[in-house]
Amino acid sequence: MDLDALAGCLSSSACLVTQTTSGLIIGMLLFLVAVGLTLIFGVLKVVNFSHGAFYMFGAYFAMTAYQLTGSFALAMLAGAAGTAILGLIFERVFMSRVYGADVLMQLLVCYAFVLIFDDVVRLIWGPEFKSMGMPSAFQVMPLFIAGGVVPPYYLLLIGVALVAAIVLGIGLSRSRIGKVIRAAAQNPGMVSALGINTGLIYGGVFALGGMLAGLAGALAAPVRSLTPGMGFSVLIESFIVTVIGGMGSILGALIGALLLGLIRSFGSLGFPLFTEGLMYLFMVIVLVSKPTGLFGKEAA
Amino acid sequence: MTRTRTPGISRRSTLALMGAGAMSVAAPWVARAQAKTIKIGMPTILSGRVAQLGTSSRNAVMLEVEKVNAAGGLAGRQIEMVIRDSKGQPQEAARVARELVNTDGCELLLDGEASSGSFAVHEVARDLGVLCIHTCSEASSLTADPKQHIPNAFRCVRQGIHDSIVGGSYAAAIAKTKGLKKWATCSPDYAYGRDTTGEFTLYLKRFAPDVEIISESWPKLFQPDYTEVVTKILQAKPQALYSCLWGGDLTSYIDQANIYAMFSQMEVFAVNMADYTALTVVKNLPKGIHSGNRYIKTFPTTPENAAWGDAYKAKYNEYPTNWSWQNATAVMFLAEAAKKANSVDGKKIAEALKGLTIKCPFGADGTVTMRGDDHTLVGYAIGWGTTIPQEPYVPEVKAGDWKTIFELEAEWKKSKGYT
Repeated sequence: MDLDALAGCLSSSACLVTQTTSGLIIGMLLFLVAVGLTLIFGVLKVVNFSHGAFYMFGAYFAMTAYQLTGSFALAMLAGAAGTAILGLIFERVFMSRVYGADVLMQLLVCYAFVLIFDDVVRLIWGPEFKSMGMPSAFQVMPLFIAGGVVPPYYLLLIGVALVAAIVLGIGLSRSRIGKVIRAAAQNPGMVSALGINTGLIYGGVFALGGMLAGLAGALAAPVRSLTPGMGFSVLIESFIVTVIGGMGSILGALIGALLLGLIRSFGSLGFPLFTEGLMYLFMVIVLVSKPTGLFGKEAA
Repeated sequence: MTRTRTPGISRRSTLALMGAGAMSVAAPWVARAQAKTIKIGMPTILSGRVAQLGTSSRNAVMLEVEKVNAAGGLAGRQIEMVIRDSKGQPQEAARVARELVNTDGCELLLDGEASSGSFAVHEVARDLGVLCIHTCSEASSLTADPKQHIPNAFRCVRQGIHDSIVGGSYAAAIAKTKGLKKWATCSPDYAYGRDTTGEFTLYLKRFAPDVEIISESWPKLFQPDYTEVVTKILQAKPQALYSCLWGGDLTSYIDQANIYAMFSQMEVFAVNMADYTALTVVKNLPKGIHSGNRYIKTFPTTPENAAWGDAYKAKYNEYPTNWSWQNATAVMFLAEAAKKANSVDGKKIAEALKGLTIKCPFGADGTVTMRGDDHTLVGYAIGWGTTIPQEPYVPEVKAGDWKTIFELEAEWKKSKGYT
């Protein structure tokens, strides 16, 4: 424990700015993955254990597109669009067959695809780790805000994730499609009876979830090394986020992810040997005091 | 038919007796094979995150075995390699090693396991009495600790303590010249990371006593994001940073530290940087990172080393790794020892290996030696230099001095109670 370092940081604006942005970056990437997970669970009632694979594919798609075109924007687009299509196919061909089936069966299908997707990546891109490299536009000196260090690329990253959060939030609560999706989550039978194609909605939601994870992977690709199996560690943290925030809640995913990011960044100063432990401890506290998560609804 | 290498079963436990029993069942089949080829078994990591290193080990072994076979084989018998995947799991490595000897009839073992697995294979070698050369484990205790010593096991690998002595003295010299007193460390949180960092700082402080470690970070092995570690180090404002992160973890770390302009704010010493697996992957390699030599074809700067690196690249379309040169050297040792013993018998080869010096492209002076008293490799090229973003990546390597290494190693062994 090094509480002096933590106290010293909290009283210095430079340290406060650096650590807070560092927490936001970790949190925002986590949010993009976790929100897809929570969205899919909220509507489809399926815990998608293969969600980490979409994060992985997003990163690999982005890297390949970047190598082919040299355009960062196209790389992001490829990461997001590629995983959306993959998500749609995956849902229509495989997941749609296990709706209503035993949870164990769903788990088995997802876990099988974790292994299959990892091997597919290994076959296409090889087993060795890869790096996409930082686009030259972002190879600039970091900004100094109130003495704190903030890399411009991370500002973009936080911005994109924030936009995604706002669009999702407003889209689901205000737009017609959003209303239909929420209706389908509550009573799919009735929605279907009203002549709405629920299969299409399910596929769409799964594609959206995959796309968000893919976007997170694409955004992370310039700063994280790419390996088969890279989705797994992100998946575990995403689960912690959804458990803290409440399964099915988008706001919960956002708050949960940001809290986790901040715990990591300030925890590494105050509790360098217990940073991981802090995350789990926080999860336990939330679960004990509010078993449905911070923003989770009681089961009907 | 009785096999020449029958273990003395009187000392064995019940479990070992069962193993020996299985071996005698396999014996007739092995005996038939003996006439033509000699099988050498090799467990190594061919899947998972470290697969690239295991594959590069296999490649190097095959490259050298082809040469030995073309020159007439091992004491007249052609080598047949049986290479199996251990998935990097110690229990699997032990199982595979046992199976290679007992079921496949391998008469010698090359152990291509990382440190965790090598200790497991070592126990199999102890149990079965088969000749085993460790080719990848750098953990010093594997050969330095007399409790681990068995007559039939050797280590043909660079060693953690050697690297620490050379790295510590190199870093201390720079610390003194540039006045680097405040240091931070950032290494993976497992045995290798902890031991190597501890030994490095031990020798750094020994050679530059006024150095102070002001910040330590221990990220998890295979952690995807290091942002909080990077910013923590920036807050501590050290003048220099030591890290023994490796592979994909190191390249992630560099990419993430780069956008915080970390490399312009402190001197960075990353012992595992100068390996082609990392050098060729990092897109924006900062200039001036200090690194130990893992494998680069320009150090030692000899035509033999360059030719070997090029031949490997021509055959496999990628550069060799640190594990490659060690595995290649093991095959070279086997060939020379078999020639000297004029036999492929494990015990005779083991005798011949003790203290054997061979010509080798990776030797500091063109030769390497299998030290007789602790069965470990010495005299290999070892040094530190600074990186540039393109080939040759580390243009000048300052070679470590083996005389100093021997002196300090002896002292270290004493302090550990090994001698």
